[in-house]
Amino acid sequence: MTNSIEDIEKADVILAAGTNTTEAHPVIATRIHKAITRHGAKLIVVDPRKTEIASKAHIWLRPYPGTNVAVFNGLLNVIIAEGLTDDEFISQRTENFEAVAEAVAPYTPEEVERISGIPAEDLIAAARLYGKAKRGIILYAMGVTQHSTGTDGVFAIANLAMATGNIGREGTGVSPLRGQNNVQGACDMGALPNFLPGYQKVSDPAVREKFAKAWGVPSLPDKDGLKLGEIMAAAYEGKVRALYVMGENLMLSEPYIAHAEACLKKLDFLVVQDLFLTETAQLADVVLPAVSFAEKDGTFTNTERRVCRVRRAVSPRGKAKPDWEIIVALAAKMGYEMNYDGPASIMEEISRLTPSYGGITYDRLEKQGLQWPCPDRDHPGTKRLHAERFSRGRGLFTPVTYKKPAELPDEQYPFYLVTGRILYHYHTGTMSRRVKGLNAIAPCGLLEINPADASKLGIQDGEVVRVSSRRGSITPAVRITDRVAPGVVFISFHYREVAANALTNAVYDPIAGIPEFKVSAVKIEKL
Amino acid sequence: MRFVSLTIDGRQVEVAEGTTVLEAARKLGIEIPTLCYDNDLSIAGACRLCIVEVEGNNKNLPASCALPVAEGMVVHTNSPKVREARKIILELLLANHPLDCLTCEANGRCKLQQYCYEYGVKESRFSGERRHFAIDDNHPFIERDLEKCILCGKCVRVCQEVQGVGAIDYSGRGFDTKVATFMDRSLADSPCVSCGQCIYMCPVGALTAKPSKGKGRDFEVTKVVTTCGYCGVGCQLALNVKDDKIVGVTNVPDSHNQGYLCVKGRFGYEFVDDPERLTTPLIKENGKFREASWEEALDLVAQKFNEIRAKYGPDALAGVSSARVTNEENYLFQKFFRAVIGTNNVDHCARL
Ligand code: SF4
Ligand code: SF4
Ligand code: SF4
Repeated sequence: MTNSIEDIEKADVILAAGTNTTEAHPVIATRIHKAITRHGAKLIVVDPRKTEIASKAHIWLRPYPGTNVAVFNGLLNVIIAEGLTDDEFISQRTENFEAVAEAVAPYTPEEVERISGIPAEDLIAAARLYGKAKRGIILYAMGVTQHSTGTDGVFAIANLAMATGNIGREGTGVSPLRGQNNVQGACDMGALPNFLPGYQKVSDPAVREKFAKAWGVPSLPDKDGLKLGEIMAAAYEGKVRALYVMGENLMLSEPYIAHAEACLKKLDFLVVQDLFLTETAQLADVVLPAVSFAEKDGTFTNTERRVCRVRRAVSPRGKAKPDWEIIVALAAKMGYEMNYDGPASIMEEISRLTPSYGGITYDRLEKQGLQWPCPDRDHPGTKRLHAERFSRGRGLFTPVTYKKPAELPDEQYPFYLVTGRILYHYHTGTMSRRVKGLNAIAPCGLLEINPADASKLGIQDGEVVRVSSRRGSITPAVRITDRVAPGVVFISFHYREVAANALTNAVYDPIAGIPEFKVSAVKIEKL
Repeated sequence: MRFVSLTIDGRQVEVAEGTTVLEAARKLGIEIPTLCYDNDLSIAGACRLCIVEVEGNNKNLPASCALPVAEGMVVHTNSPKVREARKIILELLLANHPLDCLTCEANGRCKLQQYCYEYGVKESRFSGERRHFAIDDNHPFIERDLEKCILCGKCVRVCQEVQGVGAIDYSGRGFDTKVATFMDRSLADSPCVSCGQCIYMCPVGALTAKPSKGKGRDFEVTKVVTTCGYCGVGCQLALNVKDDKIVGVTNVPDSHNQGYLCVKGRFGYEFVDDPERLTTPLIKENGKFREASWEEALDLVAQKFNEIRAKYGPDALAGVSSARVTNEENYLFQKFFRAVIGTNNVDHCARL
């Protein structure tokens, strides 16, 4: 997030796009609720599903899946046409606005209605509301990013915020809501093929030299590595031969599971480190038992860039060890000594090498978390990015155009399939499916289908059906609901018995490498 | 903003206009007892325990939670008159409250118990008919024993005002008033989303976290403040630990999540002690796993990694890190791949 969670309550207009906040980020949803009920904020929701926040919204825009970019461009089109841009901000703080103005010119409300199905007058009303906001904040999540055009969607959102000057001030900002507890931290720490910690580029010789020196090695590899999807493909082709998976269940979380399985099976050697013998661990040659967050010390970085302590509450179960201890032991076996007293001393090394974490130490985190950038020990942390200037100087407008999703419904596979999360489970269910009460409330994965479609197919609520895509098929029970529009079905990806990703399409956003989980084509058959 | 100065228990304080006497007193570190007040909820003025004496007002003792400060006001929060009135309020509550303290889950954190102790209320001068309600224990996480409810309304307000759910509300009148779901169904059959906010708000033992029942009262557990391991909000919470087991989760009020949690953070810890946890390294032989020592397992991994690197080069190895492990672990994982293996083939599931 460019801003902080507390800014949600300070906004007068909240634009929430592709985020089922109530279920995926419940405590942030309480802020939205308070913003509306206590401070009179207005809420605009962009979502193909009628989620709880869509029901609460003052304006709900329901696009066809995969048409976000057209919608965001359309909003900006209206904002420009009606003179609602913040011209001072544009001229003093940004560049390349003209190119974007030109790019959005074709996205008139009528054209956007044709592409997305959103009535022109609703789009205009939403554009006016956000365009006139004194403090407008945009929240978005996987509904924007999990598309083959996800990066374009993010650019389009940034364009909207910059054009209206809704950045860097209280109650404004662009807020990607991070799904998993430490996605932010994993990125910050350089668990990325092209970045060392703190987004320092692998391709920069000075950066490599700094790290090589600190780590006591002659040099570091200079070529960008493979992204996850590419690693899987390279495994299939025999280019990647050994894979070390720490705490991920690729067999449920990767798109097109049959393909993911084929890739993993081609490996010469697979090591999986996890709490449980997950679907992925079952394919491994060696399984290393790790511990949960409750059995170790460390830090997580949340969606508002806040680094918070994780504290050991109970002792490791059995012979399981914290992941960091396992890595240290393995490195030693390979002839490389990592000498750390514990997580606090690892953080000391991180802060020495990572400017944005420069002032982050365990003693400072004792009382409360710190938001990076926090360059030195006296720095209080940063609530809002881009307050005075953008990190690159001027904010860069990036023109984007709408492109269709890779796979659209057709005669053979007539439904859009959207996947996502539900409140009661988490990710591949490795943890939450082992909590009795959560399973009691949400025991099985249900396929949401619109009443009109259900009656056309002659399906009853609770009936088990076959859902198939070109890549696989599953047999979930259905839940008949108007949360989904006619022609659209939804299922969560938490359940291995009805693994949504057996169906999804392994196509990726070319820049971010995100799979297109939010749009694939399926058919539904009665059993 | 205009400031107002007043005197509370003989001490002068200056606060912003519109502040309540209760908040002004807290600013001075003077604790006024409350049962129905919470600084993130609307003012109910229901329990009246926060009454104070204001000089010049001989008519009544106003509730300080709803009393705005005024210039020159002189307030006594703990005068004999105030204490006697509070005692009566407590006795009235006690007259209709089961004295189950010995086995009550709230023993040790119950505010009614605490204030009765402070005000020396042993038994009630008032006796009469008691309310009788069946316990609602159909909900997987929350047990409701409304006979213990003192009708402070905090659960109703938090559910409505913070959670935005409104699963519960007052129903009935007078003596029969109670907190109920729509049509008085079980909480399990209401729109409740199991956030447990109401449990935490409840000043007495009317609402209990079922998974924690019988596993240790407030004073028996160690509270370890940590960060939720589920979603990216990263809520701060306190794991309540007894005998090396997690027995519950309580709030951390001074946090970016304002103490609030969702069902996963509050109740999703059972997996830690799931019998299926991996407790030893495993090595696959002839398609089957067998248990191995750390020494043996790590030797095998190191040997295989070395072999494959020697034969095909470092880029034939790759690592998938995790958005669920700590920063320190992610850091070491990428360091391992870059410095030890010599490849940048390291990524994680950020995108999923
Ligand atoms: S658990 Fe949450 S949703 Fe359920 S009644 Fe309590 S406050 Fe309301
Ligand atoms: S259940 Fe607890 S919180 Fe709710 S009104 Fe009764 S005493 Fe208050
Ligand atoms: S308590 Fe709920 S909202 Fe908070 S971090 Fe955990 S999963 Fe997310």
